[in-house]
Amino acid sequence: MQDFLTAAAILIVGGAAVLVLWRGTRNKQSLSTEAQRVTYETLHTAWSAAPPLRAGLVPDAAKKSARHLRTLLDTPALALTDETEVVAWEGVSEHHAAEAMTQAEDVFLTGRTQAFDIGCTEPNCPINCAVVAPLTVEGRVVGTLAAYSREASAGLVRATNQVARWAAGQLELAELDRSRTRLVEAEVRALRAQISPHFIYNSLSAIASYVRTNPERARTLLLDFADFTRYSFRRHGDFTTLAEELRSIDQYLALERARFGERLKVTLQVAPEVLPVTVPFLCLQPLVENAVRHGMEGKVEPGHIQIYANDGGAEAQITIEDDGIGMDPDKLRRTLAGQVDESAGIGLGNIDERLRRVYGDEYGLVVETACGLGTKITVRVPKYHAGINGM
Amino acid sequence: MTSGYAIVAVLVVALGTILVGTYGLRVSRTTSDFYVASRTVSPWWNASAIGGEYLSAASFVGIAGLIFAYGPDMLWFPVGYTAGYLVLLTMVAAPLRRSGAYTLPDFAEARFRSRVVRAVASILALAIGWLYLLPQLEGAGLTLNTVTGAPDWVGALIVTLVVTVNVMSGGMRSITFVQAFQYWLKLTAITVPIVFLIVVWQVHGAESMTKPEFPTFRQDTKVAFSHQTTIHAEQSIFIKGSGEIDGLRIEDAGLVLTNGYHRIGQGSEFTFPQGGAVPHVSTMDHNTNATWALPESSGQKFPLYGVYSLIIATFLGTMGLPHVIVRFYTNPNGTAARRTTLIVLGLLSVFYLMPPLYGALGRLYTPELLMTGQTDAVVLVLPTRMIDGIGGQLLGALVAGGAFAAFLSTSSGLVVSLAGVLSQDVLRLGGVRGFRISTVLAGVVPLAMTFVSTGMPVADMVGLAFAVAASSLCPLLMLGIWSTRITTVGAIAGMLAGGVPALTAGLVTMFSDADDSWYEVLLSRPAAWTVPLGFAVMYVVSLLTPRHVPPGVQRAMVKLHAPENLGLDGSGPSSADERS
Repeated sequence: MQDFLTAAAILIVGGAAVLVLWRGTRNKQSLSTEAQRVTYETLHTAWSAAPPLRAGLVPDAAKKSARHLRTLLDTPALALTDETEVVAWEGVSEHHAAEAMTQAEDVFLTGRTQAFDIGCTEPNCPINCAVVAPLTVEGRVVGTLAAYSREASAGLVRATNQVARWAAGQLELAELDRSRTRLVEAEVRALRAQISPHFIYNSLSAIASYVRTNPERARTLLLDFADFTRYSFRRHGDFTTLAEELRSIDQYLALERARFGERLKVTLQVAPEVLPVTVPFLCLQPLVENAVRHGMEGKVEPGHIQIYANDGGAEAQITIEDDGIGMDPDKLRRTLAGQVDESAGIGLGNIDERLRRVYGDEYGLVVETACGLGTKITVRVPKYHAGINGM
Repeated sequence: MTSGYAIVAVLVVALGTILVGTYGLRVSRTTSDFYVASRTVSPWWNASAIGGEYLSAASFVGIAGLIFAYGPDMLWFPVGYTAGYLVLLTMVAAPLRRSGAYTLPDFAEARFRSRVVRAVASILALAIGWLYLLPQLEGAGLTLNTVTGAPDWVGALIVTLVVTVNVMSGGMRSITFVQAFQYWLKLTAITVPIVFLIVVWQVHGAESMTKPEFPTFRQDTKVAFSHQTTIHAEQSIFIKGSGEIDGLRIEDAGLVLTNGYHRIGQGSEFTFPQGGAVPHVSTMDHNTNATWALPESSGQKFPLYGVYSLIIATFLGTMGLPHVIVRFYTNPNGTAARRTTLIVLGLLSVFYLMPPLYGALGRLYTPELLMTGQTDAVVLVLPTRMIDGIGGQLLGALVAGGAFAAFLSTSSGLVVSLAGVLSQDVLRLGGVRGFRISTVLAGVVPLAMTFVSTGMPVADMVGLAFAVAASSLCPLLMLGIWSTRITTVGAIAGMLAGGVPALTAGLVTMFSDADDSWYEVLLSRPAAWTVPLGFAVMYVVSLLTPRHVPPGVQRAMVKLHAPENLGLDGSGPSSADERS
């Protein structure tokens, strides 16, 4: 026992010594001059304040960044406001927070940094005046930064002004982040539900041709058309089940068969095990549309489309194959890389990107094709994916 | 009992499985009405598939063997296998389906949002799967040995090959329909013969099973000993034949086996006289017919503990079996999952009426199996023994084919599930190649294990797999679904605290010779202490680490327990769509 205690004590003392030495040498070596040390500390504090600011002027995040901003300015108190209220108060004398908005009003009007004299009746309050600087994002004042101190020196005004500019820069980045996300969402929304105008025209003409000769068929086709468009135009949810997607494909094919008649031959083979699998909304229907277009284009003889959905252990494999004109592999490669417009395939690039974004790069589209030799597209979808099925 | 018909039946089943797998029940339609319109597999199909996959070697040959040897205590096996589904139905089926989890590791990750919990669940699922595959292979070896006299490893090898090749070639594509067909095949294969056998028993005068003091030979019976066997004779018996007894070599001569233990050499062949009391293999207690027919008197130590342990293991273990959970994914929603389970209960109950009858009739007609120790063969031997001529041969072939179907279907389901776990969580190899490598690994490991295991009864081995599942994954599922307090730390601690002792106990009993110590029953039937241990550790550790409750647990609970058509589930697919 004695030995054990001794050994433990030696270990602890030794460890502490090593730690002290390491810290000491590190500081000495890396920050040798005073200027470097000041630069390091200032930028480090600013860096700490940046991530919360990137979330915008919301109470929780603003509170975190205000702490670091106050350290930068070295004032007894600091406040952040948005256009209507104080979102964070950091430091002492919180009773001044109530009047902060009245000073902010002035700054919103002028858009310039101003100093205010706010006499305080309380004996121990270290706050006598406020320097309020605007946070300007894209030419508009979205909030203010107020530094409270005993006296408003020119130095404090200048420093506050700079800190406010820096913080506004971060808020601008936050705005940029948000608009980028919105852009991606809008792109997906726009691309995922594109029904080709030709398809609508062709379908309606085909249905019209049946109205007199076979009204019952015309009615069924119209219902298919209605269901198909409702599905394609639906706004909510980025995901659907394979069963739903296949039903939409079924309706689509019914309409295409009305147009092409016996020339369009379709084989659909689906393992029932994969029907409940969750898939990105409209990730297959455009591929089938593509197959029909390529399979029937410039041909008199029948075109054959084969659609298989197989159970592959932990993932579902969907293959869509046509025996049509095929695609130029180079052109296709450029399309998938997002370079050329959508001429080589309807939304292939978009589907590929969405699959990769959801499931990771190994789940992109696999396209086997050559000019004149048909096209085979394989989609693999994991049955379970933490980001989608997770709770 | 070498029979040409039986060999043909086994071959037909093996080839049929490969053919159906390769060419598939390819229901292709040029106009696409069927699958998309019906949208999903109906509960009846699904329930048959679950039944087909679930009724394994243990159910087909093992239960009859145990009842034949140990009597009514063993009825808890079929009761437990079925009741496990009842627990699954009431506590787990619907929430599990709603969770969207495809395997148990998926559920672990979805519920606890932790890769570590997932990893532990994966490893346990793998261990349980292998433990469950082992008796399937042993059963196959025994079946082939009984019908052809081939060495034990041949059957195991054939099953491994057929299953691995089939799964690798993507042959289990239409697995639901294949397995559904297998259930009805198995039900037929076990029901048709027993009807005939009961008629024959009636014709013979409906002899009572308990009338003579000991099971006796009905006629002069020639018994071949393929291994060195120690037997125990309760009454002295006169035998004739060639071989080695207690180190004494005899050639075509008679001998009186006195009351007591005797060692019979490998390759011996003796004829036992009609009416003589059947000696028992020394590892099995020598019961009178009267004690056999009574519960808790089969001679095992602490019979009441053993029974309760068995009940706990089978009732709670079913939900933790890797190949059972996967089937629920085929249900379109939680309601269908419940209905499916209900039908499964019915299908299993019907099937389990049959094996005990085989076991009981075995006491009268095939008592020599008590002496060779191959009690699991009772189902296979009875038809040819009781019915002479071609009729018996055909019925025997039917049973052998059904047994092989049982090994193949259960092993296929297990190998598919295990390969999934292996490729996703252990090897981390995606795609077709990863799945193929994993398939080989999933099949080869248990095959290797068959060479070192000691040949305990098939149903007992399956019981151990159930015990591990009940002690580790069952607490994860039950507490994960029904408690908001379970933390990631608690989940891991609980799974390990229950699973590791159960697994160790299982391996010790399987790979070391049974001994007579008082704690032997604690090892061979561990569930009664490991299951409470797993639950307790999981809950208590969770209470001690309240800061590790996974984030979003309330949302997870809503997803697990709210009916789908309320539309509360925002992230998942909405089946109600906008049709309302």
